Amino acid sequence: MVGDKAWGGRIFNGVNMVLLGIIGLVTVLPFIHVFGSSFATAGEIASKKFLLIPTEFTLDAYRYIFSTSTLTRSMLVSIGVTAFGTIWSMLISVLTAYGLSRKDLMGRNWIMFLFVFTMLFNGGMIPTFLAVKETGLLNSYLALIIPVSINVFNMIILKTFFQGLPDALEESAKIDGCNDFGILFRIIIPCSLPAIATISLFYAVTYWNTYMHAILYLSDAAKWPAQVLLRQIIVLASGLSYDNAVYTDVPPPSQAVKMAVIVVATVPVLLVYPFLQKHFAKGALLGSVKA
Amino acid sequence: MNSQLTLSSGKRAHIMRSILKNKWLYLMIFPGLLYILIYKYIPMYGLIISFQNYKSYHGILGSEWVGFEHFERLFGSPDFWMIFSNTIILFALQLLIFFPIPIILALMLNELRSEKYKRTVQTLIYLPHFMSWVIVVSLSFVIFTVDGGIFNSLLEVLGFEKINFLLKEEWFRPMYILQVIWREAGWGTIIFLAAIASVDPQLYEAAKMDGAGRIRQMLNITLPAIKSVIVVLLILKIGDVLELGFEHVYLLLNSTNRQVAEIFDTYVYVTGIHQGQLSYSTAVGFFKGFVGLVLVIGANWLAKKYGEDGIY
Repeated sequence: MVGDKAWGGRIFNGVNMVLLGIIGLVTVLPFIHVFGSSFATAGEIASKKFLLIPTEFTLDAYRYIFSTSTLTRSMLVSIGVTAFGTIWSMLISVLTAYGLSRKDLMGRNWIMFLFVFTMLFNGGMIPTFLAVKETGLLNSYLALIIPVSINVFNMIILKTFFQGLPDALEESAKIDGCNDFGILFRIIIPCSLPAIATISLFYAVTYWNTYMHAILYLSDAAKWPAQVLLRQIIVLASGLSYDNAVYTDVPPPSQAVKMAVIVVATVPVLLVYPFLQKHFAKGALLGSVKA
Repeated sequence: MNSQLTLSSGKRAHIMRSILKNKWLYLMIFPGLLYILIYKYIPMYGLIISFQNYKSYHGILGSEWVGFEHFERLFGSPDFWMIFSNTIILFALQLLIFFPIPIILALMLNELRSEKYKRTVQTLIYLPHFMSWVIVVSLSFVIFTVDGGIFNSLLEVLGFEKINFLLKEEWFRPMYILQVIWREAGWGTIIFLAAIASVDPQLYEAAKMDGAGRIRQMLNITLPAIKSVIVVLLILKIGDVLELGFEHVYLLLNSTNRQVAEIFDTYVYVTGIHQGQLSYSTAVGFFKGFVGLVLVIGANWLAKKYGEDGIY
C-alpha cells in the first residue's frame, strides 16, 4: 500500500517536472531561434534547415542595420524617452504615493478615489488625444512621457510599501526638525530602495516598449522610437497592414535583417531582466492585493 | 448664507489648520493630481463631444449639439455587429482558453519539490511579459511567415502544405490567443502562487492522514483555498471585456482579416485619427467604456451575491 503511493507520487513528480520543463523551453525557443538566425548567412536561412544556432557565423545583418542612420536614431530616441520618462514618472509617483500614504492627511480617501476611478473608466482615445493636442504636446517627445506620468497601479504599489514602513521613522525625523520633503528624501526613499528599483524597472520597460502613443502623437517619422521602426521593418514590409500603401517604396529586408532588428529591440529588456526578476514578484503582489 | 458661514467657521478654522499643518504633503500630491485632472478627467469631460458635431476651431463649448445622432449611426451601421461580435469572441477566447491556464500552471509549479527548478521555470515563463506587443507580433511574423519562416519550413519538411497563418482569416483568432498565452500565462501565475503559499499547511497534513493523494489535495484543498482570488481576478478580467488591447489587435490587423479582427479600439483609431470623425469615434469609445463599467459593477454584484468578497 505505502509503496504504491510513493510510486504514484514519483510518477506525478516526474510528469510534472517534464511538462513544466517543456513549457519553459517552448517559451524561450522563439528568442533563441531569432537570436541564432540573426547571425546566420542568407544561404543558410534559405536552405531551410531547422535553425537554432547557425553553423556559419556572420555579422552582416547587424552591419547592414547600423549602416543606415534610421535605426541608430530611433534607438537613441527610445533610450532618451526611457531615461527621462522613468526619472519623471518615478519622481511624480513617489511624491504622490508618499503624500497619500500618510494617514493624517485630510481628504486622502477622496483623492485616492480620484486616482482609482481612472483605472475603471477613462475618456478614451480621442478625448485624450485632444487633451494632448490642447496642451501642445503633439509631435514632441514629451507626448510619450507627460500623458502617462503616473501608472496608478505602480503608484498604489509604492503607497502600500510606504504604509508598511514603521511610523517611528517619520516621528524621529520630525523631532530632528525635518519637514515632509526632508523625511521623504532622507528617510523614506533610502528605506524603500527595493520597491523603488522594482517600480523604476516597470516604468523603464513600459517606456522602452511604447508604441501606441508614438503612432498616435508623433506624425514626424524622424522622431519614431525603436518599436515603431521595428513594426515598419517587419510588419509593413511584408505588406500585411492597413496603411501599407504609404511605405511600399522600401524593399522587404532579408530574414536575417528582420531577426537582427528584433534582437536589437529586445536586448535592453533582456539585460535588465535579471535585476528586475529579483524583486518583481513581491512588487506585483503588493499591488494586486490592494487593487 | 451668512449664518451658514458663521456656523461653520469653527469647523472651517479646523480644516484650515489641518491643511496648513500638512501643506508639504498637499504640495507633493499636487503634480500627480494635476496630471490626472488634465489627462484623465478633462478627457472624461471631453466625452460630451460625442453628443456634438465637434469642430476644433469652435471648441467644446462652441460646437453644435446633435443629441444621440452618433450613437444611432453606430448602432445602425453594418460594422457595429461585426465589431461587437469580434470583440465578444476575442473576449470569450480570453476567458475560456486563457484564464484557466495560469491557475493550472500555478498548481503545477506549486507541486515542484525542487526550489531551484521551480525558480528556473518561473524565470523562463515570466520573461515574455516584458516584451512589447510589437516584439511578440514580430516574432510571430518571422516564425510563421510562408517565405522562410521556420514553422512553415518544418511543415514542408514533414510533408505538409504550407499555411499562410498571417493572411488567412481563420488563423487570426488562434494566433491572437496563442500570443496572449505566450506573453501572459507565466506572469499570471504570480498572484495564484502567492495565494497558494498562504494556505495553512495543516490542511495538507490532515488530508494526507485521510489518505488523499497529491491530485486529491490539489483539487480539494488548494483549489478551494484560492477560490476568492480566482473570483476577484475573474471580475477584473470581465471589466476588461472591451479592453482587449488596442496595440495587440492593431498590430495583427490587415485588410484580409478585418472581418474577424476589427474591434472597438481599432475602429475608434481608424474612424477618429485616420478619418478625422472625432465626434463619431468618441461616441464609439464612450459606448465601449460605459459597457465595460457596467460589466465590472455587474460582475462584482454577482460575486458578492454568491458570498465572495468582490473588489469593492
